[in-house]
Amino acid sequence: MTKPLVKINNLSKRFPKSNGFALNNINLEICTGAITGLVGPDGAGKSTLIRMIASLLLPTSGNVTVNEFDSAKEAHKIQSIISYMPQKFGLYEDLTVIENLNLYADLKNITGNEKESQFKRLLKFTDLERFTSRLAGDLSGGMKQKLGLACCLIKTPQLLLLDEPSVGVDPISRRELWTMVKELVNDEMGVIWGTAYLDEAEKCDDVLLLNEGNLLFQGKPDKLYERVKNRTFQIQNIEGSNRKVLTTALTNSKVIDGIIQGRSVRIVTREESVFPSTQEIDSGLDSRIVKVAPRFEDAFIDILGGGPGGISLLSEEMLNIPEYKEDIINVNCLTKAFGDFIAANNICFSVKQGEIFGLLGPNGAGKSTVFKMMCGLLKPTNGTADIAGYDLRTAPGEARSKLGYMAQKFSLYDNLNVQQNLNFFAGIYGLSGRKKHKKIEQMIKIFDLKQYLETSAGDLPLGFKQRLALSCAVMHNPPVLFLDEPTSGVDPITRREFWVHINGLVQKGVTVVITTHFMDEAEYCDRMGLIYQGNLIAIGSSDELKNSVRSEILPDPTLEDAFIELIKAENLQRQALK
Amino acid sequence: MFNRIITLIIKELLTVWRDKKSRMILIVPPILQLIVYSYAATLEIKNVSIGIINEDTGIISRHIEDRFYGSNTFSKIYQLQHKDAKNFIDTQKGLLIIHFAQDFSKKILNNEPGNIQVILDGRKSNSAQIVMGYVSEILNQYNLDYMNQNNLPKQQSSIIITRNWFNPNLEFKWFMVPALMATISLIMGMVITGLSIARERELGTFDQLLVSPIHPFEILIGKTLPGLIIGLAEATILFLIIIFILKIPFTGSIFLLYLSLCIFLLSVLGVGLFISSLAKTQQQAFLGAFIFMPPAILLSGFATPIENMPSWLQPITLIDPLRYFMFILRGLFLKDMPADIVMTNLLPLLTISIVTLTGSVLFFRRRLE
Amino acid sequence: MNVFVILRRLKGLIYKETLQILRDPSSLLIAFFIPVMFLFLYGYGLSLDIKDIKLGIVMEDTAPRAQSLVRSFMNSKYYDVRIDHNKKVFEKQLIAGKIKGILVIPQDFSKKLQNKEDIAPIQLITDGSDPNTANLIQNYTRGVWQNWLIQESYNRPQNQPIGQINMISRVWFNSELKSANFIIPGIIAIVMALVGTLLTSLVLAREWERGTMEALMATPVTIVEIILGKIIPYFILGMISMALTVIAGILLFEVPFRGSVFWLLIMSSVFMFISLFLGLLISTVTKSQFVAFMTSLIVAFLPTFILSGFLFEISSMPEIIQLISVLIPARYFVLGIQTLFLAGNVPEVFIPDTLKMIAFGIIVFLITAKVTVKRLD
Repeated sequence: MTKPLVKINNLSKRFPKSNGFALNNINLEICTGAITGLVGPDGAGKSTLIRMIASLLLPTSGNVTVNEFDSAKEAHKIQSIISYMPQKFGLYEDLTVIENLNLYADLKNITGNEKESQFKRLLKFTDLERFTSRLAGDLSGGMKQKLGLACCLIKTPQLLLLDEPSVGVDPISRRELWTMVKELVNDEMGVIWGTAYLDEAEKCDDVLLLNEGNLLFQGKPDKLYERVKNRTFQIQNIEGSNRKVLTTALTNSKVIDGIIQGRSVRIVTREESVFPSTQEIDSGLDSRIVKVAPRFEDAFIDILGGGPGGISLLSEEMLNIPEYKEDIINVNCLTKAFGDFIAANNICFSVKQGEIFGLLGPNGAGKSTVFKMMCGLLKPTNGTADIAGYDLRTAPGEARSKLGYMAQKFSLYDNLNVQQNLNFFAGIYGLSGRKKHKKIEQMIKIFDLKQYLETSAGDLPLGFKQRLALSCAVMHNPPVLFLDEPTSGVDPITRREFWVHINGLVQKGVTVVITTHFMDEAEYCDRMGLIYQGNLIAIGSSDELKNSVRSEILPDPTLEDAFIELIKAENLQRQALK
Repeated sequence: MFNRIITLIIKELLTVWRDKKSRMILIVPPILQLIVYSYAATLEIKNVSIGIINEDTGIISRHIEDRFYGSNTFSKIYQLQHKDAKNFIDTQKGLLIIHFAQDFSKKILNNEPGNIQVILDGRKSNSAQIVMGYVSEILNQYNLDYMNQNNLPKQQSSIIITRNWFNPNLEFKWFMVPALMATISLIMGMVITGLSIARERELGTFDQLLVSPIHPFEILIGKTLPGLIIGLAEATILFLIIIFILKIPFTGSIFLLYLSLCIFLLSVLGVGLFISSLAKTQQQAFLGAFIFMPPAILLSGFATPIENMPSWLQPITLIDPLRYFMFILRGLFLKDMPADIVMTNLLPLLTISIVTLTGSVLFFRRRLE
Repeated sequence: MNVFVILRRLKGLIYKETLQILRDPSSLLIAFFIPVMFLFLYGYGLSLDIKDIKLGIVMEDTAPRAQSLVRSFMNSKYYDVRIDHNKKVFEKQLIAGKIKGILVIPQDFSKKLQNKEDIAPIQLITDGSDPNTANLIQNYTRGVWQNWLIQESYNRPQNQPIGQINMISRVWFNSELKSANFIIPGIIAIVMALVGTLLTSLVLAREWERGTMEALMATPVTIVEIILGKIIPYFILGMISMALTVIAGILLFEVPFRGSVFWLLIMSSVFMFISLFLGLLISTVTKSQFVAFMTSLIVAFLPTFILSGFLFEISSMPEIIQLISVLIPARYFVLGIQTLFLAGNVPEVFIPDTLKMIAFGIIVFLITAKVTVKRLD
């Protein structure tokens, strides 16, 4: 029998010195026997809610009870029955695996035989037996995550709180963790799983969807799909540019959202079963429109009122990039060694003009190393990388002005305002006088930055930060654009908007290199390279990668499936070599 | 190139100025430190308490006591019994005790030499010595007066006439304030540059700069010049406070002051950039600055003269930029130091700045590998 | 609540902290490197003992009496004398800081000295830009000069001293007037303030930054247990570091230690607790290693250095600053430890000072416990 475990009534939270509510009038109930996914983009209030349930934060108004204990008055009682794994897992990195476990056993008063048997069980369960004397800091992301979980389970809690347990962890470990937690759940125990990955939410028994402090939805994922039932379609077998088709589709009034999936385009329609004809979207004679299963993100976008449309003012204002006949990017046998550690091993590929090329791989696999060598931030131990014929390591300033760069987490000057940031980036790219003035005006218009000109970049809403970062990166009309994890953690609408601009730019002949670990983002890429432990283990379009792993067990693999299968195959091959 | 450097400088100045915290760090602590420490960091002895044990019943000791009471050097004079003496010194109620023996007046009146015993607290040997100087001056004066009054044959056949040049009343503040100005300029220069590159590295904006057409050399200039501008502005504020609020005389040439200031700041910025280009994180940069600063301050002769240090330590002070600047500042404030002496001290400073700035360029480029 | 449960949790925390101390170079660096560095730097670099003062003597008079006076200066251990007949040379050197004072023996010095009616003046010019040295030069010069006069008068027995008042000085505790004798104990106090505060402020801030504090707080551990689990291991580490500094101070600088180890332990324990709690307080408020580091320096280091009275005389400061110095716990510890080293056991000093420090400690503890709520906001 499942029973209600957490009850939240009219809960609001406001942090001092901030103007909005971090959580706004939340009411919900969480039961045992289920994994409750707490889903939403960065800054939605997920961590705040989890911390309030762990009674680490006090409500501004309303109340939280766990097992009938009030979080404001009976924190100690709540903390005796819950386990909480914070972001970054809360491990002592300079303690070994067994020392970490010992500490939590002492803290939770587990001793003697009980301790021995628990350790044995947990180490087996998490497959950490071989590593008991290794420092937690030396473990891989996936193993840290498992150890964090083991520390939480030393004393079986009634409520397990996991705050973004899968950030920075490769897809294989993510799946393993999921299976482990799934096994744990029973009628006596409830799990709250905070995540920014919407595909993870699809697998939860129950879902809480948060956005900007508001609870948008609570219930089973199926119920959410009801909203978009018969409204999701895929346009397959497209003739010509799939990007053009997407742009056209998005301007069609029957369509509220659309994304690229490899060669195909996926759309969400305004009404059930009413979709545009292939003529309307100009997808070619052989193309067909097929109904597909709804996804979590479709519903999320629908709740938020649809996507941002398909026209990019940016690409309209942007000049056409002159054609470049040869491959615009050539990566020749790049190798980077840090001491004994080979971060990138003999990586070769090339990119054509107007392509979006993705570098994929788990954290620490070496994709940022390759990326940095390509844009000249890191000197290769061996090999070369050139952009339009220039090696950026040695290239003069003019050559470097051919590329635009947008770093992870929008590296802007936080305490300069929008106008000053624009001035600065225009200045370092050598724009001056009237030209500079005109260009900045243009950027302000395209990205609708006028209302925020005097706001410090650090105080901008996430979406506008992203716009500003993009505008700073493209102000000088670069033919090549480097994007490092451009949309991690942002809400789907902002991400759509971003991709509308990128699509527009590509149609003008801009070449884009991007790193990402979001699989649906990878779908936008024309081609991608999968990097694992410093090696390029696969390269190709999304469809090619999927086809390469298609089998009887996996008749219709997703990109993530392909990713996991390719890594598994690579691991097997290496073991065989040993 | 010129345009790009200007852009960098404007950016740098704006980042410092728009951030409330760094604005505060630049303005409040320096001024506060200057004012508080110029009063607090003093080896001067004022408001001293002393004790007197007078076992003598005669008139002479009473007269001498009156002299002590009449002097305004001593804020409090305690009359003590012999048995209180130990406790008086132990608990630091006073720095010294003057002891008149029973037969003191009798001996003097009999034209015999009379001894006064003075007990000093060696836990504060420096202060005690200075107070002893005051005491002996009073006694000497009494000696002279006593002999003149009684027409005794002149004992004193010679006197010392003392002149304290540059600082007639030996005000300790005059010694400390130029040193504080130099030290605060050092700390501020280090904080501005030492952290700025590391901060940009952490924010990720540094990569943005590196992929742009800017040459690494331009980046360094773009980091150095704002530091120089801020340092000069800061020093000007301190200088005005020193002249108008603390009222320390400035006897030298303003031109030499600013010339030395520029070269000094360049050497500090050089060290700061050097540390910054070595450090990976803000934390490392800060630790580096912390390891550099206390020795630099101490070995500059900030509180006690370099000449007092052991001879093996003195050569090490030669690589301390603060040493030269402190010397020049004290000279310019108090001694109207002529240009040739300033120059001989600017030369090593210039060498240090060239070495550290070139070093940071080299390391900076290496770090990009 | 079961005592055993509490003790087990405490044991777990202390054991964990000890392992971290042993593995983390930064706490060992703070505990052992900083004290040694400070002891060296300040012990050697901060000296008020003047020796070999460079003094220029202008000999306008070259008669035997004048020469005998100059010889007395040359024989004095305080002076490094150079002689010239032209005052101008020395004036330039005084500005350049090459000499610290000029002594002028005028042309008619020996003539006036012979004449019973005249007084023969000599002139001392000091470099007032360094007032402390100037003061000491005045004292030493007067000393040399007086000795010379007495010596001279012995040579002339007809001139018996009559009714002369002589000053006999005795310096208690530090008869050789070595400044290291009071500076070293003061440094020990500074080092302890710095080490104690840095140790706890950095480690706790680190727990906040790495998110382990959050994990810890969501367990049944109480806040007092967290505080004790931090304080106890770092107290031991801090006391080892203190002992190291004391021993190094005694051995390297030959500072006498006249008191008892008992009182040293009592006073330094109390002071160490204050510093550790102060560090905890700082890191709880700041929650970042960097800010904690800055704050520790500003709160622990500078006031201890300037306002504790270890070098600068508190009674000479303006009243308002004297009032501030009452709030600096190091002030009491500096007096206590200087007394302990040089004067020996003086309970009249130790007891009130220790009580004041305890009062201070209780206040800091109460504030810390109040601020460190087991919550994140």
